[in-house]
Formats: sequence, C-alpha cells, structure tokens
Amino acid sequence: MTSLTCTLLIIGAGPGGYVCGIRAGQLGVDTIVVEGQKPGGTCLNVGCIPSKALIHAADEFAKARSFAGENELGISAGAPSIDLAITVAWKNGIVKRLTGGVSGLLKKAKTRYVQGQARIIDGKTVEVATADGPARITCKSLVIATGSKPFELPFLPFGGTVISSTEALDLETVPQKLAIVGGGYIGLEIGTAMAKLGAEVTVVEAAEHILPQYDAELTKPVLARLKELGITVHLSAKAKGLSEDETALVVDLGKDEIDILADKILVTVGRAPVVDGFGLEDLGLSMNGKFIATDAYGATSMRGVYAIGDVTGNPMLAHRAMAQGTIVAEHVAGLPSVWDKKAIPAVCFTDPEIVTVGALPGEVPGSVAAVFPFAANGRSMTMERSDGLVRVVYDPSSELILGIQAVGAGVSEMAGEFSLALEMAARLTDLGDTIHAHPTLGETTQESALKGLGRALHI
Amino acid sequence: MKILAVKLPDVGEGVTAAELVEWHVKIGDVVREDDTLAAVMTDKATVEIPSLYSGTVTWIGGEVGDTLAVGSDLVRIETDAEAPVSADLADEPARAPEPEGVVPTVEDAPVTASEKPVAPAGKVIVAVKLPDVGEGVTEAELAEWNVAAGDIVKEDDVIAAVMTDKATVEIPSLYSGKVVRLGGSVGEVLAVGSDLVLIETDAGAGSSGNTPSPEAPAATASKVDAAKPAVQPVARPSPARASAVPANGAPRAEGQPPLASPSVRARAREAGLDLRQIAGSGPAGRITHADIDAVFDMPRRSPGQAAPPGRAARTGTEEIKVIGMRRKIAERMALANARIPHITVVEEVDVTALEELREKLNAGRGDKPKLTVLPFVTATLAKAVLDHPEMNAHYLDDDGIILRHAAVNAGIATMTDAGLVVPVLRNAEALDLFQTAAEITRLSEAARTGKAKRDELTGSTFTITSLGPLGALATTPIINHPEVAILGINKMATRPMWDGTQFVPRKMMNISASFDHRVIDGWDAAVFVQRIKSLLETPALIFMET
Repeated sequence: MTSLTCTLLIIGAGPGGYVCGIRAGQLGVDTIVVEGQKPGGTCLNVGCIPSKALIHAADEFAKARSFAGENELGISAGAPSIDLAITVAWKNGIVKRLTGGVSGLLKKAKTRYVQGQARIIDGKTVEVATADGPARITCKSLVIATGSKPFELPFLPFGGTVISSTEALDLETVPQKLAIVGGGYIGLEIGTAMAKLGAEVTVVEAAEHILPQYDAELTKPVLARLKELGITVHLSAKAKGLSEDETALVVDLGKDEIDILADKILVTVGRAPVVDGFGLEDLGLSMNGKFIATDAYGATSMRGVYAIGDVTGNPMLAHRAMAQGTIVAEHVAGLPSVWDKKAIPAVCFTDPEIVTVGALPGEVPGSVAAVFPFAANGRSMTMERSDGLVRVVYDPSSELILGIQAVGAGVSEMAGEFSLALEMAARLTDLGDTIHAHPTLGETTQESALKGLGRALHI
Repeated sequence: MKILAVKLPDVGEGVTAAELVEWHVKIGDVVREDDTLAAVMTDKATVEIPSLYSGTVTWIGGEVGDTLAVGSDLVRIETDAEAPVSADLADEPARAPEPEGVVPTVEDAPVTASEKPVAPAGKVIVAVKLPDVGEGVTEAELAEWNVAAGDIVKEDDVIAAVMTDKATVEIPSLYSGKVVRLGGSVGEVLAVGSDLVLIETDAGAGSSGNTPSPEAPAATASKVDAAKPAVQPVARPSPARASAVPANGAPRAEGQPPLASPSVRARAREAGLDLRQIAGSGPAGRITHADIDAVFDMPRRSPGQAAPPGRAARTGTEEIKVIGMRRKIAERMALANARIPHITVVEEVDVTALEELREKLNAGRGDKPKLTVLPFVTATLAKAVLDHPEMNAHYLDDDGIILRHAAVNAGIATMTDAGLVVPVLRNAEALDLFQTAAEITRLSEAARTGKAKRDELTGSTFTITSLGPLGALATTPIINHPEVAILGINKMATRPMWDGTQFVPRKMMNISASFDHRVIDGWDAAVFVQRIKSLLETPALIFMET
C-alpha cells in the first residue's frame, strides 16, 4: 500500500475542496486533495455550470423559434430544430475545460491531487482506492468537503423514467412530456429550459408557492413567465408515485388524484449532504440535523477535523463553500481568519432570474422595503424584458441597507453590487449617490435606493 | 498685526537645503524673538533657528524629516509688526471682549487698519501677495477687485486686476478659502510683495488640536476691520472640524451587530480587536478605519487602573523615524560596509611603559588638563604613517584613484547625544602631546554641544575610534569612507604575562584596526599594526626623529 503524508488533507474537490486546496497551497501548507469522481464536484460537473449551459442553449433556441413567428423586431427566420445530443456534447466540452482548469490550478498552487474514493480511518488517516491500488494518507488536519447529492423520494426512486438533475442535464433528446416533482429553483431552472426546447412541462409543488423560500413579490414574474411558456404548475400537490404502467406520475391534488402522463419524471425535491458511506460515521462528529456541525472557523467537534460546503448545511451554494474553504485553509495556516460574512448572495437562474442578498422584507423588525420596477428602466425595454424589479430592504432610522433582492432578466450579474453594499454596510445614500451607468439594469438599483430616500427620479 | 515668515536662513557655505530634525514650536504657540523655533541639520551640523519675531505661530513649514530649501518659509508668525510685542500675547485678547464687541456692527466698530483677523480653530489665514508682475515693476495700481471680503474663493480664481505702467494683469488666488481682508481699494498703489488679500483657509494637516483656545479668536475677531464692506469676516469662530478628533460614535443598542466593511473587519481581526467593543463613528454607526486608529491611539491602561501584580508581558512596537544625524550615520555606515571589504587585525599591546610615561607627564600638571591615551595614539599614528603612506589615504573608488595625504588629519570618533560624529584633529603630526590633548578636548566638546563647525567635521584622513573603559577585548571598526584604514582602541587591563621565567603583571591593551582590503593587502596591514604596536610599547620611539 502506498503511503503519503501531508499537513492538510481535503476529501472532495468540489468548489469548497478545490478552493481550500488552492488557498492552502498558496499559503505553503503541504496539501492533498482527494476526489472520487471528477474535480469540480457537483457545481462544475452536474450542477451550476452544465445547467447554465443548457439554459443558454434553450434561450437561444427559444429566440430562434420566436424569430420564426411574428415578432416585434421584424426578424424573420425559418423554424429551428435542435439536436440535443450536440448541445450536450458542447456542454460536456465546457465542463471538461473547467474541470481540467481546476486540476491545473491545484498543480500551480503545489497542491497534490489524488484520484480515488476516500475512506476515513480516523481523524488523521484516510485510505484512498486509487487506480494503482489503495493508498494511505496521514495528515495533521482533515477537511470534509464531500458535498451533497439529489434527495431521493422513497416512493419515486431514481431509475428508468425517474431521473435526478444529473440525468436531466445529460438527456440526448428533449422529452415530449416532462413532469417535475418539486418547484424549487433546480426544478424550475431545468423545467423552463426544457419547455423552451419544446417539452410539455408540468411542475408539481407541495407548497402553496413555487420557490417557497422567496416571497410572492419576487416569484410572481417567474410564475407569469412559466404560464407564458406553457408550463403547467400544480401547487399544494403531492406526488404519490408512478402509475402502474410507469407512463404517468400520480399526483394528489387534495380534492382528487390525477395522472400526469410523462416520458421523464424529474425529481428535484432538494439535496442531501453526503455524510455516510466513507467512514465519517466512525468519527462520531457532532451533527446539526443531517449536517456536520462546525464553528466559525469551519472546525468540527473533533480537533483537526474541518468541514466545508454542502455537508455543513444550507444554503448549499458553491460560493459559500468557496468562502468556507478559504477560511479553513487560512485557519490551518495560522491566519486569524473567521467566518464574518454579512451576506451570501443566492441566484436562481429561472426566467426571469432572481437574486437575493441579505434580509427579506419583514425579516428584520422595523425594516422597510423600497421597490423600483424594470418597467421604468430604459435598458430593460430595449431588451424586450421589462418584467421584474429591484427591491432594497433597509432600516428607516439609519438608512442602513439590510437586504437587496431583484427579479428580472439578467439580474444575476447585479448580485456583486448587492453583496458589496451589504458587506460595506452601505446606506441608501451610498447606493443612491453612486453614479450608475446609463442605460443599464443597474440604474434600477440606484433608483430603488433613491426611492427609499424619497427622491426616485424615473417614476 | 500681520503675518511674517521666518525663512530658513543660509546655515553654512554651499548649503542649499536642510533637514528638519526637531520642532520647538507648534501651531498656536506664542513665541518671542530669539526663541528657538526648530533645529535643522545640514550635511553634518545641526543648527537651531531662532525666531525673528514675537507672536503666534500660525503655520509651520513641514514635518520632522522633511527637507527644506534655504530661503523657504520655516514658520509663519502672526505678529504686531509696528510694535513688537513684549507682553504676553495670549493675554491681550482677554482684555478686549465686550458683549457688543463679539458681533460688532459695521458703523460702530472703528478699528485701526493694521489689525489683522485671527483664524478660527482649524483654519489659518494666509496672504496672497502682489506677485512680481513684470520685469522692473516694483508697484502696481489696483484696477479692479473681483472679490469682496467674505467671498469664498477657489485656488486660481481671479481675485483682482492690477495695472502696471505696461499692462493690466489679473492676479489669481493661490488658496481656496474665504476672503477676510482686501489689501486696498481700487486706485491704490501696492508694492510688489505686499499683501493683496488675506484668505482664511483650512489649516495644514495635523494642525488641529494645537489651535489657540476658542476665546482668543473670538475676542480678537471683535476688533476686526469692520469698516470694510458689509460682510463681517470672522465674527463667529467656526466649529472645529469634525475630522480633527475621530469622535467615537454612540454605543450600539443591545443586540445590534457591529457594522464594518470587510477591510475594517480584516484589520481588526489581524490586530486582535473585537469589533463588538468598538463604537462606530461612521454613517449608520459604521466602524471606520479612523475608529480603529483611535483604538490604537488610546492609552493601554486607564489612569485609575492599577498595574496587574507580577510580571506582565510587554507588547507593542514603537516606530522611530530614522532622520537627521541618525539617517546620515546609517547611510554612511551602509555605504562603507557595502563598498569596502574590511580586514580587521587585532593585536595586543603592552602599554606598561606608555602608562608610566603618561603618569609622569601628568604628575606635574596640577589642575591643568591631564593626558589620556588618545594623544599618544594620534602621535603614534602620525609617526607610523611616515613609513606607511598608503594608510593615510583616501581611496576615491568611483574615480579609481588613491589620494595619499601628507597631513595627518585624525578623525576622532566621538559619541554625542545625537549619535556618532567624527571631529577632525588637523595636522596631528605638527602638534605636541599637550596641544593634541587640548585640541581633542576642544573638538569633542564642540561636537557634543553641536557647535562644531563644518570644516571641523570634514577632511579626516585616518580615523581613530576608542570606547575608553567600554573598549572590550576587540572590535571590528567600520572604515570612515573614503579612508582606507581605521584604528580601534580597546580596553586596557592589567594581565599576567610570561616574561620567560615567571608571570608578571603588565598593562595590556588591544588594538583593532580595519583596512580596506581592496587597496591594503593583509601583509601591509599586519606590518602597519606591528609598527603601531612597537611604537606604543616603546613610546620613546614615537618622539625620536628617525
């Protein structure tokens, strides 16, 4: 058996693990990253990146389709068709480039990368099943960055027509009828894309709203767009299982049960942390529900063992994992880093997109919200998308910004300004008195702040 | 009252600039004529600059460490030019105030034109002088005013037009601020260099806190020229600028998290500060960098608090600017050490005979100054270099020239409060022992009191360094570039020496000599040291004409 030693051993090369590895390497910490599958984790391989590639392809296709009919721009084009197999191959090319990039970045940081399934022996020892046989790695500090996997419903196990997001991003043909269980962001992102590609999409959501973590003001434009795209949405509806001939999804609508015919059933009811099957249980770490409990340094209840990313709880977001990975690497290197972030932005790549940073209205007692619609923004009109709004939540006595949200086409790119405003403890005047370029969507952020100050200009 | 500048005088031949090494005054201080304002340092000497006027310091020309050109303003002093003030200036305003005086009405406040407004806290009053508007022009007629007293002007705004016999010239403002006084009315003829307007402008950085007490400006302002146009120039002292003191914000309410930008948070983290303990002075109670600065500026322990028992760990660092003499020494040492490959030869010398001679020479001196070892060493040196002219030389390494000197100008390394200086004993070869001793005493005294003249600090050809009783066993002296050798004198002690049959007590002293190995070979160095040794061991040889 090969035997390796290092100072820092990271299990999992997802966004948390590889960033932790790069940062540790930069700081001169002797580091090994172990990954059982491909570097890049869910995000690069079967999550953020592939889904955005699919969404982009679907948008382009939808555009081409709109040009085939009557349109306000006066463009005429023939009816388009799409070979999804080629699209998927293109997407896989991007994924390959990015995962290759991760390996290169680790190498550049002088962090070693070991390919193989890891098994924890104890808090300082891990065994890896590499292609060349088992390797035993001993370390001073261990980071668990094993991420999460799609949550499986017991009555709708994955397999056959029942698929998870992973398979949905690898479909070679557009399903004619797609049923989606779960109206969260993953289901709606893929569902919207598939509808644009020509699928007949039905969404089944158990809660009273789609995107249950957001309020109605933000989800309304999304719901309207889903209807426009011909997507059927069943709210307060419970999926019961497959019909006997496995061609339909049985759904309990409360009053009655219906069968939704579907050649693919996508289950996106959340993600579960990967905390078993690799010896983690034997460490007996303190847990926080299903998740590993950590402190502000990312440390678990066992000395020298850290956890970052989806295994540490919600929100399960790549950028949160990256920030955690940075802090753990710096902590291991002896720097005084600690989790002191004010806000973790969350982006939902539905159509229109939703961005949320910080407090929602009503979350902080006494806070108020000021809203400015894209309907009053010139740039939005020129992009034929004036649905949506920017909303700033603030404390009226100090003008301090507590949260910023937006819904609208392309608002994901505005997330940076929102987060910066919160981290810098900006006040309405800071945003309102900052010149925002014209004509851009960002002017709406400035206007929403000005509205809070009672001096919005373009409304 | 007017503002007069004390300029940096010509402090020595060929000196064009000097470094500020110490301020004796600050803005707001009241000084008298001949009070020392500042100390400046030129190449070697430190010079104290006296005030030429009595009055209040309104402006200082730089910070310690800055270099000023000769002729530039060192300080500006607000003074009563007509009658040099001998009484304490600070008392004067106190006598003035009367209720109606604080906001005088235009009609009822007859005031002499010579009185000058005083700047409120945080402000200074500066003059825009009538510039030289043309060759040979010594005066100009005021043709037009573009500003009135009380106007706010910006730098480069035109304030007036003046007419010479050749042309009309517009005069721009050199400062931004409020016009407090016009220098004349249209039609008047002003001399070049006279005050055109006085402008109240923001004080220079760092001046806040040293400004005079608020009463003084208020009171003096009451006597301000009110006969001038309707605007009252500086009746009310404007509040001290908010930035003057980084005010600590109000404490946060319970449960409110501290607000700070990521960079402030990172800085606090690095410094081990808990942001929850720090009140924020920024908008919305934001903790700013200034608030962190304020924490660092706070005294470590509040006055009432007793020192903790037992030993305490000392923390913190003190930053000391390397300026003036110290910087000069640092530069010269670095240069010498970087350029010169040193070879140091240490030898022990039996100075029993020398000491006996010295005792006898001193015995009959009564109250007159006694001889130390140093005059013997300089005499030895003057003798030794006769056979070794290569040692009494300068190696001009940039030019590739070795300059051998006939005269032995011995540099005597001398410790002063400001640091190491090397006064020069000129023509040591021409002086007898007592003359040498007297000259060394005079030179080191001059060096210690900072009164050494420039030519007494330059031109050494060979340097001697002696730490006296602290002289240790051996040292590795650094050569005084561009010299080629230096002689270090170590401590004298009685040691047992073997005379062939028994140990006898001998007075022993080590000498440590360094040589520039680029131009002095080890052999020559050793021979030279042996020559010094033999001369010192047999002092009669020093004085023999051989």
